[in-house]
Amino acid sequence: MTYQWDFSPILARWPMLLDGLFNTVKIAAVAIVLGVLVGLVLALLRLSPRRFLRLPASVFVEFYRNTPPIVHFFWFFYALPVVLNISLDPLVAAVLALSTQSGAFYAEVFRGGIRSIERGQWEGARALGMSHAQLMRRIVLPQAATRMFAPFVERSFELIKTTALASTLAYGELLYRAMMVNSETFRPLEVYTAVALLYLVLLVSCSALARVAEARLTAYR
Amino acid sequence: MPEPILQVSGLHKWFGALHVLQGIDFSVAAGERVAIIGGSGSGKSTFLRCLNFMEMPTSGRIALDGTPLGRVSAGKPDTVRYPEGELCRVRERVGMVFQQFNLFPHMTVLENAMEGLVTVKRMKKAEARERALRELDKVGLGGKTDVYSGRLSGGQQQRVAIARALAMEPEILLFDEPTSSLDPELVGEVLRVIRQLAEEGRTMLLVTHELGFAYHFATKVIFLADGVFHEVGTPDEVLKHPRQERTRAFLERFTEFSF
Ligand SMILES: Nc1ncnc2c1ncn2[C@@H]1O[C@H](COP(=O)(O)OP(=O)(O)O)[C@@H](O)[C@H]1O
Ligand SMILES: [Mg+2]
Repeated sequence: MTYQWDFSPILARWPMLLDGLFNTVKIAAVAIVLGVLVGLVLALLRLSPRRFLRLPASVFVEFYRNTPPIVHFFWFFYALPVVLNISLDPLVAAVLALSTQSGAFYAEVFRGGIRSIERGQWEGARALGMSHAQLMRRIVLPQAATRMFAPFVERSFELIKTTALASTLAYGELLYRAMMVNSETFRPLEVYTAVALLYLVLLVSCSALARVAEARLTAYR
Repeated sequence: MPEPILQVSGLHKWFGALHVLQGIDFSVAAGERVAIIGGSGSGKSTFLRCLNFMEMPTSGRIALDGTPLGRVSAGKPDTVRYPEGELCRVRERVGMVFQQFNLFPHMTVLENAMEGLVTVKRMKKAEARERALRELDKVGLGGKTDVYSGRLSGGQQQRVAIARALAMEPEILLFDEPTSSLDPELVGEVLRVIRQLAEEGRTMLLVTHELGFAYHFATKVIFLADGVFHEVGTPDEVLKHPRQERTRAFLERFTEFSF
């Protein structure tokens, strides 16, 4: 038996998939920005000489490292509203889950990058009279950024792929839209092939952009 | 005798169980040039680095212009706390040049020399640029301003590091073996710059193994051994006519190969 490929029902619902792709990009972009902020704060806390600052940040990071991502989605969507006696829409719950978990992973990327900067750089900056904040901003972070870049991109790709879990909260990102298209067309092979291609195009474009950015960032070497 | 700018009393430094500095009293007056010599691992760097708080003294006090630095809390007279702001101000006034240069590789030569002015002194870019260019000219690198520092030779990098420190107009300059990591043919260009600074009458402390240079450079030579100043005097006294057996033994190792 040979399967008769037929993409026409999917092409007819193309705007739906495109809208899903747009939502995937949107949720990923917001989660990356928030995740970077969360990650920076966590990294700086974990590098602090004070134990009472380090400890909570370590607990946070370990929690996310040792629990499955989908549990975070469910927790923010079903559990947090009970605790706070509010209701969260799927987008907000998904963004919270994504940005906290990616924050935990970004924190490790940032911490590794910061710690890789040689002692001489810190001392050169301190010897000029720079405060800790100044030397971080002017000397350490700009250099760490170039070293963090590759693992940062890696993590961001993980995050983009993890956005598919938002479909479990019925948020209309690409995978959820695909499930809808599938239930209307009963063409899983074509639908999920199309979706895989869309993710592929998205991520390949992102890595092309990343390479351009990396070349800029490391121009001084 | 002019008033000392920097005064050290009862300085001790421990690294764990290692007692590196064992009670040092010392002062520098404006215009003095001090050369510090001693065996490897004798604590020369540690001493110098305590003066701008790259290392924290375990005990003892350091005073700038007669004012002791750091705060002593009421209950504990032995522990001195150093607020960050105070350390930053001290380091603006006490510049340092490192053995490994420690230039900022993500910045050009000019940006390196401007960095302290713009970030620490909050000077306007144009003004900082002018001052940085002046110092770069002085060390002979006015033509390399837009090059990233990693592309320079060791000697050039060290001269940029000197210009970067000079731009801050420090009252005291600390040099920790500024030529020890340079290829022999590059030592001269750095020593020439330091000699020029000496001629300007700057106050400087120099840790060095270049005894010939130390002899002409210094107004005072210190031989550091066993965590204390074993012998202190004029270059002539310490380098030519040492009184301590230990100093003599140290100097002999340097002349073994002179012919
Ligand atoms: N950060 C440090 N931690 C532990 N030991 C150190 C540290 N810095 C220096 N030391 C030790 O202190 C001693 C003096 O070191 P240093 O001041 O660098 O000597 P010098 O500059 O005279 O060669 C050495 O034994 C060295 O190993
Ligand atoms: Mg040393």
